[in-house]
Amino acid sequence: MTPGSPAADSHPVYEAEDPHLAKRKFLDDAAEHVRDTGHRAFVRKALGGYYINRDTQQARYRDWEQARDAASLAKWSAVNRLDELLPKFVAAFEANGGQVHWARNADEARTIILELLRGAKAKAVIKSKCMTSEEIHLNAALEDDGYGVVESDLGEFIQQLRGEPPYHFVFPCMHVRRDEISDLFGRHLGTPPTDSPEELTMIARRHMRRLYVDADVGITGANFLVAETGQISITENEGNARLTAALPRMHIAISGIEKVVANLDDLAVLLPMLATAGAGQPMTCYNTLYAGPRQPGECDGPEEMHVVLLDNSRTAILADPEQRDSLHCIRCGACLNVCPIFKNVGGFTYGTTYQGPIGSVITPHLRGLADWNHLSGASSLCGACTDACPVRIDIHHHLLHNRRNAAKTAPNRLERLGHKLFAAVASRPWLFATGGAVFRKTLWLLKKLRLPLLGDWLATRDLPAAPAASFRSQWRARK
Amino acid sequence: MSTPASTSARDTILARIREALRVPAPPPHMASQAAGATAASGPGSLTVLPLEMARPWLPDGGETPAEQLALLTDNLAKLRAEVHRAADLAGAAGIVAGIARDRGWRRVAWHGHPTVEPAAAALACETLRVDDNAFDKNALEACDAGITACDAAIAQTGSILVSSGTCGGRALSILPHVHIVLVSLDQIVATLSDALELVRTGYAGRMPSMVSFITGPSRTGDIERILVLGAHGPKELLVILVG
Repeated sequence: MTPGSPAADSHPVYEAEDPHLAKRKFLDDAAEHVRDTGHRAFVRKALGGYYINRDTQQARYRDWEQARDAASLAKWSAVNRLDELLPKFVAAFEANGGQVHWARNADEARTIILELLRGAKAKAVIKSKCMTSEEIHLNAALEDDGYGVVESDLGEFIQQLRGEPPYHFVFPCMHVRRDEISDLFGRHLGTPPTDSPEELTMIARRHMRRLYVDADVGITGANFLVAETGQISITENEGNARLTAALPRMHIAISGIEKVVANLDDLAVLLPMLATAGAGQPMTCYNTLYAGPRQPGECDGPEEMHVVLLDNSRTAILADPEQRDSLHCIRCGACLNVCPIFKNVGGFTYGTTYQGPIGSVITPHLRGLADWNHLSGASSLCGACTDACPVRIDIHHHLLHNRRNAAKTAPNRLERLGHKLFAAVASRPWLFATGGAVFRKTLWLLKKLRLPLLGDWLATRDLPAAPAASFRSQWRARK
Repeated sequence: MSTPASTSARDTILARIREALRVPAPPPHMASQAAGATAASGPGSLTVLPLEMARPWLPDGGETPAEQLALLTDNLAKLRAEVHRAADLAGAAGIVAGIARDRGWRRVAWHGHPTVEPAAAALACETLRVDDNAFDKNALEACDAGITACDAAIAQTGSILVSSGTCGGRALSILPHVHIVLVSLDQIVATLSDALELVRTGYAGRMPSMVSFITGPSRTGDIERILVLGAHGPKELLVILVG
């Protein structure tokens, strides 16, 4: 088989073409998904096993909460020493024969990777799951330049064939039923229908094996960059990242600059916690440290290894001490799995690379608060995300911080006028009493009038009945 | 690569980082007082390192060799790895040869390592010896199984540590459908941090280009979150404990 990008199904639009329409799109998609009870039930069922496994594995810790303290400390001390640890990682990695490239933004990262592929005279590219590549829309850029790109992670492969971005940044196709996958494979790979997840997995396995052997370049992400040793750490279950970094002659890893940890000891804390929080496992199946290209005396491995370090507004988050801890994120996805909003509106509604609570925190930084502040409202502020976070990011408070910052930079005039009016009334007792009296008499009218301002609010809520007398008159009467 | 564009990008990013870090961030909200006290000393000079803080709270790795062996065996079983016991390398060779015969393997790859040699010699089928020299990827892809030694086995997690420098490169332990790994009992360590210490000191000065912790056979839950073994890596992990 000739390796090449599979022709994807045509797909609906997942991102608002005009970023100013992101909010409208979010509201429309959310309304649609919330009504889709079949989809909601399917996602909840898929997550059911996760809750059980996560609890079982957390119980193996002698104290999960104390371990969270240590994990958050490891990330805090690394992110707050990025100026020292990032150059240290780079020096150690280069000493092992690896090459480092710096990208200020998505465009620079794509250019660097395209140049590497040209230099390597590459034809076929195999990829393992890498969210930073989704962030910079790498696949489209590679395909535009004529490279065949295949996603090797099963979930990502399914999403690539469907022409969809990942639905969840750890479980990319958790919204897709097995019969849909069977149809998809039938159409693209010509395989007979089956309702067995195992048989479907084997179809992808058989399809992919030649592609690993034939690919010139393997592209992966990185979960951690170890400053002490200059190694990158990749966590995966399927073995596709191991194969992607073993067989092609060039290995390119794309990583956000915030992935640095100080030393190997930190991994002894973070690797098991990533597995437990993210997928309810004691350890993910393969945790692999890559120090560079094939060394003398080794029988295989790539001739060249490149790491692309991506900023893409991460330094903007770093510059906000209040929300700097959102760079501690190890992308385990635990906050999505427990979020009542995520479970009801689904992953695509967010219209972002990183969905769920952590995505709602960081996307306004990555793509502009003005257009993405509506995600700060995609929260019940229940705090389930903050409780689930293995590195103790203060997620739900950051959603409030984003709301506050948005109100500061782009105040809602109507809201501000309302507050001013209320302040004017409330600071004058006679006006407050008169206003109250009028309000008590006319509250029923509000229901009838369906004012556009209150429409969204009243559509799902009942107005309370107005009391007969004001609090102050009741107080006087009882004294 | 230090093209001018990349150099200026590096300088810009590092300048942005230094500028951003001029304002310190408060330590994260932590449950324990010890953690708070440690964080108070600042990110650069933690009074207690994260691992030292976490060690008492992480999953148990066992105190004695017997406990560690029991934990390792138990964890491997839960991970759906197949565990065999052999008294010595000759015994292990007999087990491997029996498995190969029963399953009708036609071709088995093995690492030319003294630990693996007796097992490879006992095989009746065709074999592919992987050494320090380049080999044919297609020939390896066609193998039913790959046999390697390992650098450590971790009781706490049931993980096996292999490296490209000591276990026949990168592909041998991941490409064939079955991975057979020979573990000597004295290679068992209690915890992941013990194994990482081994990586740090054992390979010091000559770090293999790949070091991998293998925790059970390859798996996926991508279809309806239902566990399936053998996604892209080995469908089966056979661990032979020798000693």
